[in-house]
Amino acid sequence: MGEFWDLTIRFFSLADGNVRWVVAGAILLGASAGALGAFAYLQRRSLLGDALSHAALPGVGVAFLVVGYKSLPALLIGAAASGWLGALAVNAITKYSKIKQDAALGIVLTVFFGLGVVILTHIQKSGAGTQAGLDKFLFGQAAALGSGDVALLGSVAVILLTILVVGFRSFKLISFDSGFATSAGVPTGLLQFLLTTMIVAAVTIGLQAVGVVLMAALLITPAAAARQWTDRLSLMVLLSALFGALAGLLGAWVSFLAPRLPTGPWVVVIVSFIFLVSILFAPKRGIISRLRQHRHGRGKIVREHILKALYKLGEQDENWSGRYGISQIEQAWSFSHRELNAALRYLDRRDFIQRDNGSFMLTEDGVVEGARVLRRHRLWELYLTTYLDLPGDHVHRDADEFEHVMTPEMEAQLEELLDRPEYDPHHQAIPNIGREGTQ
Amino acid sequence: MGTAAVAPIEVHDLTVAYRKKPVLWDIDFDLPEGALIGLVGPNGAGKSTLIKAIMGLLPVLSGYVRIYGQPLEKQRELVGYVPQRETVDWDFPVDALDVVTMGRYGRMGLFARPSKRDKEIAMACLDKVGMADYATRQISQLSGGQQQRVFLARALTQDASIYLMDEPFAGVDAATEAAIITLLKDLKSKQKTVVVVHHDLNTAEEYFDYIMLLNMRLVKFGPTAEVFTPENLRITYGGKLQLLSQAAEKIARQG
Repeated sequence: MGEFWDLTIRFFSLADGNVRWVVAGAILLGASAGALGAFAYLQRRSLLGDALSHAALPGVGVAFLVVGYKSLPALLIGAAASGWLGALAVNAITKYSKIKQDAALGIVLTVFFGLGVVILTHIQKSGAGTQAGLDKFLFGQAAALGSGDVALLGSVAVILLTILVVGFRSFKLISFDSGFATSAGVPTGLLQFLLTTMIVAAVTIGLQAVGVVLMAALLITPAAAARQWTDRLSLMVLLSALFGALAGLLGAWVSFLAPRLPTGPWVVVIVSFIFLVSILFAPKRGIISRLRQHRHGRGKIVREHILKALYKLGEQDENWSGRYGISQIEQAWSFSHRELNAALRYLDRRDFIQRDNGSFMLTEDGVVEGARVLRRHRLWELYLTTYLDLPGDHVHRDADEFEHVMTPEMEAQLEELLDRPEYDPHHQAIPNIGREGTQ
Repeated sequence: MGTAAVAPIEVHDLTVAYRKKPVLWDIDFDLPEGALIGLVGPNGAGKSTLIKAIMGLLPVLSGYVRIYGQPLEKQRELVGYVPQRETVDWDFPVDALDVVTMGRYGRMGLFARPSKRDKEIAMACLDKVGMADYATRQISQLSGGQQQRVFLARALTQDASIYLMDEPFAGVDAATEAAIITLLKDLKSKQKTVVVVHHDLNTAEEYFDYIMLLNMRLVKFGPTAEVFTPENLRITYGGKLQLLSQAAEKIARQG
């Protein structure tokens, strides 16, 4: 355990020159992959990133065979070229055959990856001693980045980020509506080519640190996480870059702690965690926030049903100051006792009902609210029978649902359309209490 | 700009193919200046295809398009385009004003920022379609009709002489329909030429000065009173021309 803290402190204090290089490199790689991934994600080309990175592997092997030793620039050029070739192959297959894009992506990904593994195995068997670094391209090893590597990879990342910032609006336009962009004279094809090239480049420079197998996670997952937090593209790209950078940094840290472990899987674990937190806790889009909204809506439905039931009981007795037990209120609904009790407590607190020893009575406000809900219910029933020619016994259920979401504007429209009716299709009076224009 | 002698849009013997299968044959017409023109025909008649071909979004097999006597590339600023609403992802993270400002990008240069004037124009155009209050609304929170109005506002920022609109009335609410009609009248009063792909035969007669009936070929084009007759509609909607469809299939397979 002591060693863990020692190494961690050494890593984050950045005292070690080597560590500084690795950290800078990992952050830049993660940021560029995250930022460009946002565009791949929004253009629904996420799987292309996966195919690209796998397709880069044979290029690494071929470049090594050609040059004869492990030269990073040569390997990168090889990887980028075969990544691009993979992308072109996907396009060609979908264009010239009847095979759909998902199948084309699957075919290209596996064929190129398989070829890559065969070439790497051949290099290993041929006993080329210097191949020692090549297997890292499979699952990545961030801690093995040297200062020279980082200088090269980092520069590419900085260039990519700069182009992205400068051309941001153009990339936004072609990603949102390429047809309109073309019609307005924007060179859409050229910009799309540039964007795809940049994605290929971002994938390529990340290969050594993250590996071809899992690189797509660093491209797509930060973008998917960032999308949960914001509805503004600039902020989304920024967040996505930050998430990518964070994943890169933490990946490098793990790799520093355990240099023999591949980095890629750890990066995936980290971005997945960020994604999980985002999709759970993000405001508005997050699952928890949506559940809460749903619960809120459900609570409203239960409360309105209670008020309506109490109002109808009063209607029967022609007197709204009677007290009724819970079994009378409950009727035939499928609400749980917990929901019912919560709703009753809420209504009591807000002075819509008075509770006394398990029996309930509407207050003045409660009568108005109950009348409002029932009025909407009966107006909607009348509308459905009049305008949709539905038989009277078919409309109750629809009205039961719609009464809760009807807006005051719609209610006013209905009143006008139906000429302020007095009775619903079942000849029951439409309540007047609190009705617009009625005293 | 356009002198009276030169048509805003001249389409000459145009044949357009989709994946090598011809969908429009030998289309030939001159549009009159300052008119509202309804482009009408059954599903699959090639209405959208014609609009896209004029905008240079589809390759043409033969024939050509002239805008005020010049090729489109020289005249793009004179043509505003409203694509079909379904062609984009409305969950894209931008707001209404962002989308409308995109109408200015074509003349801004690739790496320029929108100027204060660009933003003012965008805002004014949003206002013109009754959407000023929704400027900062994320586009997925707009109703279908409101989204359509955002698209119209974007085209208005281009301040063009010709507008091509692909089904702006499809699936919109009454308020949007009224807003579009007002807008069309306004454009006409400014001598703009507007082509509208339209589906609803009940309203076509009322909305447009000229009607173009299309079904893989140009059936009829002229003033509404002359063209919009039961006989012409029967020809347009009376099923596909079997031989023409078969020929198209054959050509596609050969290719």
